[in-house]
Amino acid sequence: MQGPLIDTLARQGVTRRTFMKYCATLASMMALPPAAGRAMAEAMAAAPAAARRPSVIWLPFQECTGCTESITRSHSPSIEGLIFDAISLDYQETLMAAAGHQAEEALHTAMRENAGKYLLVIDGSIPLGLDGAYSCIAGKSNLEALKEAAQGAAAIVAMGSCAAFGGIPKANPNPTGAVSVSDIIKDKPIINIPGCPPIPVVMTGVLAHFLTFGSLPELDSKGRPKAFYGETIHDRCYRRPFYDQGKFAHTFDDEGARNGWCLFELGCKGPVTHNACATVKWNGGTSWPVESGHGCLGCSEPDFWDGGGFYKALSMPADPLKMGAAAAVVGAAAGVALSFANRGKKSAAKSAHETTTLADLEK
Amino acid sequence: MNDMQFLTWVRGTGLDIAVSIFVLGVLWRLFEIYSLGRKADLAAPRDTPGASGWHTIFRRSIPPQGMVKKSPVSYIGGYTFHIGLAIVVFLFAPHILLIKNLTGLSWPALPSQFIDLVTVVTMAAMVVVLADRINKPVKRYLSTFGDWFTWTLTFLPLLTGWLAVQHLLLPYTVMLALHILSVELLLIFLPFTKLFHAFTVFGSRWYLGKINGHKGVAV
Repeated sequence: MQGPLIDTLARQGVTRRTFMKYCATLASMMALPPAAGRAMAEAMAAAPAAARRPSVIWLPFQECTGCTESITRSHSPSIEGLIFDAISLDYQETLMAAAGHQAEEALHTAMRENAGKYLLVIDGSIPLGLDGAYSCIAGKSNLEALKEAAQGAAAIVAMGSCAAFGGIPKANPNPTGAVSVSDIIKDKPIINIPGCPPIPVVMTGVLAHFLTFGSLPELDSKGRPKAFYGETIHDRCYRRPFYDQGKFAHTFDDEGARNGWCLFELGCKGPVTHNACATVKWNGGTSWPVESGHGCLGCSEPDFWDGGGFYKALSMPADPLKMGAAAAVVGAAAGVALSFANRGKKSAAKSAHETTTLADLEK
Repeated sequence: MNDMQFLTWVRGTGLDIAVSIFVLGVLWRLFEIYSLGRKADLAAPRDTPGASGWHTIFRRSIPPQGMVKKSPVSYIGGYTFHIGLAIVVFLFAPHILLIKNLTGLSWPALPSQFIDLVTVVTMAAMVVVLADRINKPVKRYLSTFGDWFTWTLTFLPLLTGWLAVQHLLLPYTVMLALHILSVELLLIFLPFTKLFHAFTVFGSRWYLGKINGHKGVAV
């Protein structure tokens, strides 16, 4: 790309006003001060003019490419253009033209030339079982590849629930011994962007933040950017008033469901799920799972796959009670046994009872 | 163990253990208590009209004349927190769902804001009752470890449930898990502490009423 980004965008029909609006929206979405929007705009508009665009290396491990699919459906104003023009995406298996040795070369060149400066995006969990043999790229296990690439990274983005928390590969019984990025890398700043997949704008927002300020945004205790994961789905849900009124859909096709009542009874995990779906929505603000009539699965939380079933309300038992009947039998048996023991004691006391006469007392 | 694993454990294994101990304990204690029996009263019954047992069950829920004035905290506080507890436990939608899942029975819920209000009132009543127990020398003298312990067991589920709904102190997921855990503790200890009065109170009232009736005490 030639010249500053803003000129290129202008040629593509993106006005300066739209671009500024995009930056301001991103900044406000990330709860940054108003001036941050301008700072972002300046940083990103100037980015291509700089000698070298920030290098981004995207490594896929045990994943399904859903995260990449999600990113490519980013709908904010010419977001793909912005991302691909503002950064240098040096390695991304799904999107890159190169393959085989060429791809490997691109990866190593990028790592060498940008040592200490590149942003490493990890997509997918890392298998530790069988010495990592479950997932290998170019003859290297994911574990080796991660350690190698992490060494020269400025920061690591764990993209999607698999990279952030282990995700579906880590679900019981975890046959591959899958772990998250933060389970392995301890000496680099890691930002978790969980979700199955994550919301596109969350990814672009974090990238924009990194490009602008050269640092990662404020994170919560699970390493997620607070701006997007600060509140629960339940607290931001447009169906929340129905929860408070006690109006629930009991099935997916009853009157409550048609009236758009709360999906808590149908297993919605919104109350314990931190994500921005309820406010940012999906597909350019078209809709989101709860709006389409299905409860939240809780995909941006650790171990969401093993949370006791997607269709069980949070207040219901996660597993069927297995010991209840046996306990009832044991309890009743103990009670009966004790009652016999008590009665035995009573009759023993009765038979041992000795009558005291006046004569006895005068002895 | 992260917060979701904690929550899933209290909803799964923890609940299984707690409900089992509860069921075991309740059946054990009921069999044991009701099989004790009493010596037959061989005295000729005095003719007292009315079903003395049933009458007593009802009458003992009404304060005797003058007692509310004499001991307002015990009566008003006691009523408030017992009724409040019943409302919060049995008329909050998520609780009804749990009961429905375990027993198949369900009924309409009250709006959650109303439950919220009742919870605050119930907790306030419990704190007042506790303060009274601490302040009144006689009550304090009569109190044993069991009294303080069961007060805590009853108060914790209310407090953690309310904190969870209000998003106070700890993240919702952790607080919800603590809430469920506190209820599980309550379930585990209920059969073996004074809290067992939930099961025996009406039985003993009936029994006492019946004896009194036999002796000719007016019902």
